[in-house]
Formats: sequence, C-alpha cells, structure tokens
Amino acid sequence: MTEQAHAPATEVLLEAEGLQRRFGRFQAVREVSFRLRQGEVLGFLGPNGAGKSTTMRMLSGTLAASGGRVLINGIDPLERPLGAKALLGYLPESPPLYRHLTVDEYLGFCARLRAVPRRERKAALARSKRRCGLDQVGRRLIANLSKGYQQRVGIAQAVIHEPRVVILDEPTSGLDPNQIRDIRQLIRELGRERGVILSTHILPEVQAVCDRVMILNQGRLVFSGELSELHRQENRSLIIQLDDPPDREALDQLPGVTRADPLEGNRYRLQLERGADHGVIAERIVRHGWVLQALCPEQQGLEQIFTRLTTGEGAA
Amino acid sequence: MILTIAGKELRGLFLSPLAWSLMAVMQLLLAWLFLLQLEAFMQLQPSLISLENPPGLTDLVVIPLLDSAAVILMLLVPLLSMGLFSREYQNGTFGLLLSSPVTMTRIVIGKYLALLVVVGLMLLLVAMMPLSLLLGGSLDLGTLAAGLLGLSLVVASYAALGLFLSSLTRQPAVAAVSSYGLLLLLWIIAMTGGKGEGLFRQLAISSHFHRLLRGLVDSADLVYFVLLIGTALVLTIHRLERMRSDG
Repeated sequence: MTEQAHAPATEVLLEAEGLQRRFGRFQAVREVSFRLRQGEVLGFLGPNGAGKSTTMRMLSGTLAASGGRVLINGIDPLERPLGAKALLGYLPESPPLYRHLTVDEYLGFCARLRAVPRRERKAALARSKRRCGLDQVGRRLIANLSKGYQQRVGIAQAVIHEPRVVILDEPTSGLDPNQIRDIRQLIRELGRERGVILSTHILPEVQAVCDRVMILNQGRLVFSGELSELHRQENRSLIIQLDDPPDREALDQLPGVTRADPLEGNRYRLQLERGADHGVIAERIVRHGWVLQALCPEQQGLEQIFTRLTTGEGAA
Repeated sequence: MILTIAGKELRGLFLSPLAWSLMAVMQLLLAWLFLLQLEAFMQLQPSLISLENPPGLTDLVVIPLLDSAAVILMLLVPLLSMGLFSREYQNGTFGLLLSSPVTMTRIVIGKYLALLVVVGLMLLLVAMMPLSLLLGGSLDLGTLAAGLLGLSLVVASYAALGLFLSSLTRQPAVAAVSSYGLLLLLWIIAMTGGKGEGLFRQLAISSHFHRLLRGLVDSADLVYFVLLIGTALVLTIHRLERMRSDG
C-alpha cells in the first residue's frame, strides 16, 4: 500500500507466482513469487547454482515452468506467447551471438526478428548501438570483437525493440571496470521507464544499480527487500586506517563510537551509534594527530545478509 | 519473419566455404560421370542404329546421371542441414529465437526454405548438364522433366529429414551421421524379398524415385514425397516445442 502511495503511476510489468522447475529429480527452483514494477531495477543475487539462470529462463519464456506461472504486463505467455515475447528483451548467460555476422547485420536481424517495423529499424539500430557504445564497431565481425564488446552486443540485442521488461543474466561478466561502469549506467537508464531484472553474484553490482534485491539460495527465494532500506540499516560501522594509532581505549572514546575492533595492519573497525557523524570522527582523529590514512563506511548490510542466508542450511 | 530467418541462414551457409565446396565436389563428380556416360553412348551409337527401337540419349545418359545425382546428393545434403539447429543449440543462439516473438513453425519453415534455396541451386547445376546436350542432340523432354521433378522431390526430402535430425542433437556430426543412416535405410529398404515386400517398396525413397525417372508421373509417388517432407517438418516443429519444457 505504501509503495502505491509513493508512485501511483507505476504498474506491474511482470508477475511471477509460485514458479517451480524440476530437472528430473533435481528441484532447481521452488516457489518463487515476486512482482516487477515499471521504473524498477530488480537484482537476483545468489551463489552459483542457486537457480538464478533457471528463473531468468522461465521469466523469458525460453524454458517452461514445471509449476506456477508468469504474467508479462498481464499477458500469460502460455496463451499469447508472441504478445508476451514482444514485450521482453532477454540476454542469456552466454550472449546469443552469430559470430559470422557483423554487429550491424546481427542487430538488424534481431530487429527484424523482434518485429521492429521496417521504417523504424534504422533508428532502432543506431539507438541501441549508441546506448551500448558500439558506434565504432558496427562493421566488424562479432567473432573478432573482444569479450567485453560481445557482451555489449548481447545487451544491445536485448533492448533494440524497446521492450518494457528487460531480463539480463549476468550482464557485466567479462567486462573491464570502465565497461562495467558504462553498462551499469545503461541499466539504470533502462530502469527509468522499463522494468529491469538482472542476475549477478557480485554484491557491489546490486548496490550500484538495483532498487530491490532478491536473494536466491538452493532454488528458494530467501530474501527480498528494497535496497534503500538496507542502506539505512548499514553504514553503522567505519573502517579506518591510522599510521600512528593510539590505544584501543582512546578510539572507544571518539564521539558516536560504541566499540573499536582492531583489524590487521593498523586498521580498525569502529561500531557506531545511530546518527553518528563521520565528519566529526575524522576531525577528532586528525586533531589527536593519529595520522588518518583512510576512512570508509563499511558496506556490509547486504553482504552480511547474503552470507547468513546462503551459507549452511541452519543459518537461514 | 520466415524470410528473415531464411535470409540469415542463407547468409550463414554461403559465408562459410561449406556450401561452395559441396557444390564444387558435386559438380566435379557428376561431370565425370556425365562424360563417362556420354563417351559410352558415342561408342555404342553405331550398333544402336541397327536396333528397331533404339534407346536414345535420354535413356542412356540423362537418366543414369540423375540416378547418380540422387546418391551423391544423399551424401552432401546432410552436411548442409546438420548445423541448422544443432549449431544454434551449441552456440546458445537458440535462446535468441526462443525469446523472440516468432512461432516455431516459422523458424522451421524459414530454415527449410534456406535449405531449399541451396539445394535448388545444386539441382540447377545438375540440370545444366543434360540440358547442354540439346546443343547437339535431341532429348525426350518429358522424361527429363519427370526425372528432374523426381530428383527435386528426393533432395527436398533429404533436406527435410536432415533438418529434423539436426533438431534432435547438439552435435552437428551426430546429426549428419544419423541423417546418412536414415536416408540410406530409406534408399535400400526396397531391396528385399519375401513377405512385406510391397510395404517396404512403398516406404522406400528409391522405388518412388525410379518410377519418376522412367517418366511415370503418378500422383501416388508425389503424395509419398509430400507426406515424407510434411512429416519431417511437423516432427521438427514438435521437437522444438518440446525443447522449452525439456530445458
């Protein structure tokens, strides 16, 4: 209810209800239910083999579910597969590229395959190339591109027909840090008007681009939450590094610090009170002359949840 | 949409040297056989004239050539069809087709159309040889037309069966080998005696083809080929629909 009060215009673009998938006797995904709204970037997080890719494949309609159902913009893909698929863009785990084609040929083929009207094809091609930073490589063979560029061609393919829902399975794998930054920005852009689902096992990625995170473990949805709430919970500890550290007791006396734990190499973790001001702490350290080398908020909220939920059965 | 898929396949087939080399090999072998038959005919010709109803160029050169072409193409067409689905599975590109708003039927027909274009080109090359005889001799054009129709139907059946077997496996080589097995079986199944002879003859590609080669265009034979091609394509579509649930 509060969600709707926040943004009344957003609509549910994708709805999964009790999704299940068995491979023989192996239950890969069990009872996964969630909703994706317009303007939302949803991150699927989980260790390898948690069922992320299987879930993504079911959402994209390339794998039939053993139980449960998916609705895309209210359309059941089982009843109207073509209508549902026209609203979807999907990047599988390994980008589905025809290596003997050039980037332009390939994207042109994808545009036709996704039923982009003839008159709009050229513009769609140019737009998706620009978005994914492929302007310079349009005439090169996909086989000769680096892995990072191939990955970007894979993303370009998924957005060329302006789908309302974009499903990206590990979109930043194999990219260098600059490319990762570009792709993350692209994902945030896409998430403004569309719904984006992405899977990853990289925690900072979720923190960088997602509005909401869902953690999968052993085929089960074990956590679902808004990232903004997680942010509010975290930052309750600081990691600092001092060249000339005082006794631990002296650190305990800093304003807003409840406890200081020494780490290796003159580093300390400061547990903070609610509302503690990082600036005041830094200023105090400098005034004491302890030679502050580094100070950073510890991003551990999500990581802690992830570790707790995905290691060992009992922990969950 | 069908043409989009067919166009992409054709590009793939002709960008790789495979289609070209297959055509070259076929043309080399058939040209050799053609010239052998022609030479034999030239040597026989003086003695043929004394016969009351002598067999002509069509019977002695053209028909044997088309018969050999059917066998040689049996070895070549599976090499064209083997990768059409299995390579898509292998490269993970099948997911692109599956997630696109295209029906399986269109995917299958698109790919089959591309195959038909390539084998059509091959048939054209084959047809040039007997037609070149018109420069210096006369042919029974009716028999020739029936023979070419038969060869086209046979090759179209190869292509459809090859496409189906390609949809069954991730390994192009397995698709090719199993196509050879199936096509050869359908070819030799007529060589049988005793019980069930009639049935086996009805099933064999060769017996229907040989009737057409003799110039007999019987609707039963045409229906056989249409059914064979249709069955193979429907099975392929079915198989692809199952892919989604099998994973």
